[in-house]
Amino acid sequence: MATTTVEGAAPAHEHAEELDFYKASRGIKSWLLTLDHKRIGLMYLAGVLLAFFAAGVIAIIFRAELMTPQIDLLAPAVGEGSATIGRELYNKLFTLHGAMMVFVFIIPAIPAALGNFLLPLMLGAKDVAFPRLNLLSFYVWLTGTLILILAILAGQLDTGWTFYTPYSTSTHGAAPVVLAVTGAFVLGFSSILTGLNFVVTVHKMRAPGLTWNRMPLMIWALYSTAVIQVLATPVLAITLLLLLFENAFNVGIFNPAMGGDPVLFQHFFWFYSHPAVYIMILPGFGIISEIIAIHSRKHIFGYKAIALSSVSIAVISFLVWGHHMFVSGQSEFASALFSFLTFAVAVPTAIKVFSWVATLYKGSISFNTPMLYGLIFIFTFSIGGLTGLHLGTLSTDVHFHDSYFVVAHFHYVMMGGTVIAFIGGLHHWFPKMFGKMYNENHGRIGALLVFLGFNLTFFSQFVLGAQGMPRRYAEYDPEFQGWHVASSIGSFILAAGLLWTLIYLLMALKNGKKATANPWGGASLEWATSSPPIAHNFHDTPHVDSDPYNFPEIDHTMKTGHH
Amino acid sequence: MSTAVDAGQHAEAGHGHDAHPAYLQHHFDNPQQQEGAAKLGMWLFLGTELLMFSGLFLAYFYMRSQYPEMVHEYHEYLNKWMGALNTLFLITSSLTMALAVRSAQVGKAKLSGRLLLVTIAFGLAFMVVKYLEYSAKFEHGLLPGDAFAEHVAGGVQAGWYGGPQLFFGIYFIMTGLHGVHVLIGIGLLVWIYVKTQRGAFSGNYYTPVENVGLYWHLVDLIWIFLFPLLYLVK
Amino acid sequence: MTGLNHPLLAAASDTADRFGSLFTFINVISVAAFTMVIAVTVYFSVKYRRRSEGQRTSPVKHNFKLEFLWSAVPTVLMIVMFAWGFNDFAALSQTPADALPLRVIAKQWNWTVGYPGLDRECTAEMSADGGAETEFVVPVNRPFTVKLSSEDVLHSFWIPDFKVKKDALPNRYTGYTVTPTEIGDHRFYCAEYCGANHSRMAGTIHVVSQEDWKLWLDGKLEGVPNCKVDPTAPDYAPKLFVKYGCAGCHSVTEDRAIVIGPPLYGLVAKGSETMEDGSSVTVDDNYLRESIEYAEKQRVAGFAGKNMPAFRGRISEVELDALVNYIKGLGAVDQAPTNEDGTKSE
Repeated sequence: MATTTVEGAAPAHEHAEELDFYKASRGIKSWLLTLDHKRIGLMYLAGVLLAFFAAGVIAIIFRAELMTPQIDLLAPAVGEGSATIGRELYNKLFTLHGAMMVFVFIIPAIPAALGNFLLPLMLGAKDVAFPRLNLLSFYVWLTGTLILILAILAGQLDTGWTFYTPYSTSTHGAAPVVLAVTGAFVLGFSSILTGLNFVVTVHKMRAPGLTWNRMPLMIWALYSTAVIQVLATPVLAITLLLLLFENAFNVGIFNPAMGGDPVLFQHFFWFYSHPAVYIMILPGFGIISEIIAIHSRKHIFGYKAIALSSVSIAVISFLVWGHHMFVSGQSEFASALFSFLTFAVAVPTAIKVFSWVATLYKGSISFNTPMLYGLIFIFTFSIGGLTGLHLGTLSTDVHFHDSYFVVAHFHYVMMGGTVIAFIGGLHHWFPKMFGKMYNENHGRIGALLVFLGFNLTFFSQFVLGAQGMPRRYAEYDPEFQGWHVASSIGSFILAAGLLWTLIYLLMALKNGKKATANPWGGASLEWATSSPPIAHNFHDTPHVDSDPYNFPEIDHTMKTGHH
Repeated sequence: MSTAVDAGQHAEAGHGHDAHPAYLQHHFDNPQQQEGAAKLGMWLFLGTELLMFSGLFLAYFYMRSQYPEMVHEYHEYLNKWMGALNTLFLITSSLTMALAVRSAQVGKAKLSGRLLLVTIAFGLAFMVVKYLEYSAKFEHGLLPGDAFAEHVAGGVQAGWYGGPQLFFGIYFIMTGLHGVHVLIGIGLLVWIYVKTQRGAFSGNYYTPVENVGLYWHLVDLIWIFLFPLLYLVK
Repeated sequence: MTGLNHPLLAAASDTADRFGSLFTFINVISVAAFTMVIAVTVYFSVKYRRRSEGQRTSPVKHNFKLEFLWSAVPTVLMIVMFAWGFNDFAALSQTPADALPLRVIAKQWNWTVGYPGLDRECTAEMSADGGAETEFVVPVNRPFTVKLSSEDVLHSFWIPDFKVKKDALPNRYTGYTVTPTEIGDHRFYCAEYCGANHSRMAGTIHVVSQEDWKLWLDGKLEGVPNCKVDPTAPDYAPKLFVKYGCAGCHSVTEDRAIVIGPPLYGLVAKGSETMEDGSSVTVDDNYLRESIEYAEKQRVAGFAGKNMPAFRGRISEVELDALVNYIKGLGAVDQAPTNEDGTKSE
């Protein structure tokens, strides 16, 4: 840090008497009632990882079932209607997988877990603007999760995570659906609280000198995400409220037999759930921008383009919900409009990818674990994004809609994008969060397994979808079996990679080398405090006089040519 | 959180600004930052509230566009006069609320407290009228969905398809959610009143009064939309 | 059903042909873009790998020309994709005059494919393991139009080889037109999740030559179900009554549960109806027939603004007879045998 960008980054020894946030207070109560954003972030992290694990195990179970065309693993061996029982179980499993992954894991994963930990640190603030609200949001999240689990235990929740009417209001009695919808409703509130807190924090809590143009791109991404959370989630809340009301009183708003319209529910649902896709992916973009710049010791290429593309994606994301409904019977004019707007959201996304690649140019690229995940992200997310073109185009979507192609596409975006970024971010900030280093070689092996497993799992599903394999099928025609087996084997490799990662990270917590304050030479504020940070983040309020990608290795005398 | 210890520590470590007043939470640098954060947070919250209700308005307009005759026929069963009275109550309460905020701003805590009491009274009056309206609907079976059982208008059997159970479904969910907001608002007003009586606010620090005021205005505003849409269809 | 395979670009219909061209176009662009991104990434990663700590890096932060280029080129390509896709999409709802009309009804968990006016209806009962395999027949090179609806929840009628799909809704009709171009068997599936046996709600379309189509219509084609409907079956008319949507508006029971259209129970016994203009009309076979074929001509008092579609030309003579007889029997004295399922067939 020759050209140090931060004041107040006092060497640790001067303040040796101040304890890190783990040691600042002790006891279970000091965690459960903490107002420290770092501890709240870590509690969230533990929670979302548990949810990820549970939902992942469910996925492995049904991938094992899908090794054969018939229902066998999940069905009782003999008996009348055993196949139907097996299919019902399968339907419950994919519902749980989807609902847990979307509502409990991926939406809060980056903003509420990593974001909570990092946002005030990166802003040079002592905490988020509303620490009590922050703690509340965690407990609201926990409550929502528990309600959702209760719905699972109550049985017969088999609507898919989308709760489409009239199936969700007509089958199996209302209780599990009511519970699950209540759970999602409560989780939505948690999301609103986090978003509201983050928006205010970014506006009001930036350290002196940290202008908007000097904010790390992670902050821009978290900020755009928070804006969507605040604007879109209330609509989900009211949608779910209407659905609850519908279930409880049979009002008929979504019920065709009573003059309602089931497709209206889809409009309501996707008005939230499409922006929610960007709630999931935008923070991932932020992480990748940080990782790629820092580990290639380069100023991020096209800072403004990346920052503004986040904001424009956030805005346009509200206008594209109808692209989930091209075959739903909505008017052709509406479909055309939604298709056009969908392409409009693709352009800023492409700009981001190109900018990351350009950042590598004439850099000093390290192949440590976070960077490997950064590069994997470029690979998998590009596939996810490009296959979005097939789905945004009207006539090709007619074929791909509700097929394995869609399943593959959103897993490439959600898992190949968000989850890969999340794991990369976890490695990138692991030293900061826990004050320990993991074994790089273990990390590289894990990244390789995840990469191979992931692509085998989901690329196979593109082929299946194009061939005509519908999604949410417990059984399938025998000619699909080859690719299904490939996909299942891939999922086992992926699971092994993720388990491996979990194990070496847990080992690192116990036995890892002690991390320095700034192991990667980062120039943003979170690296200016000790690892792990002290309870109040900084000894003195830091002052910022440069941008977050001004690394000492950058040679300002070098010619900046085209490549 | 705003303990004296925290404030003391930061006064030492800080950058020369004045000692922290008791109401300043430790993670803020100065009262201006705290106030700005609280206000922005409140406005964002109001935004989420508006968006939530806008979803309901959408459902309402959908129903009305599909079944205009049914809506027109059955809105007559709502009591316009009670609705108008409630509108009057809420508008007046908004005025007294604004005056309460103003009084708090200029440091007249006693007057502010009294105005808050008047606001609470109007809020309660609204709920009483609402209770009367609801009990009339219950009595006549003008209820949402399966609960709908019409005893009025000579026992005419209503068709389920696009029937009045839709209108009353929307009516109850909209006014019900609004009523919940009024109740929460009354709770907040009581809290602010108690704090005012304890002398928590001054001309320097009255953000909570202001924010509760904003919330109360929103509740009023939503009602001003609900009233004509539900009670005065034509 | 053997010998089915699913080549990636099975072009078994006109829509599939168009799909193939656009799919190839998007694929070429996607693969080119992907290859470019990954090639550059790999090249940079190798060339600029860290050889020593403190290795100097370029100060480049942006490049307007480059950024403009990589924003503008995708924009143009995407506008092409959009326009092309929209054009093909619009073709799905253009129905030529000679199109074979098919009435496809989805329910949990089977498909029923009716041939309006041809007295044929292909369906499959659910087997013991919950599966139902509906098979139906269409001629090659003649467009068919699917008129789709659902009896319960949402379903979706997907024929992968034809590259067409549309959701079946319980409250209105949807559909599409497509021309099969390849003789042979093609699978179709329910693509919108609909509950327990969703994955078994499938079937096969037999696309046959024009000659075989004629044979099938004569009931002489071997190897495929002939789907002949038996108009003498006791549940024939009640099923028609539901199938043509009559049940949505007209009550057939004594309690008159539905009054969107005139209740039909006891109508013939009553003998006459009062019309909107005040006149009285005798309820007989011709009145009923005309009401079905041209509902607008027969406006019963008290039902202003309730429009019933005209069924002239959309319903066969056999069906018409059955419906008229069915309605005449509703609420008639001495005529309430009980069906197997215990309901009165009135």
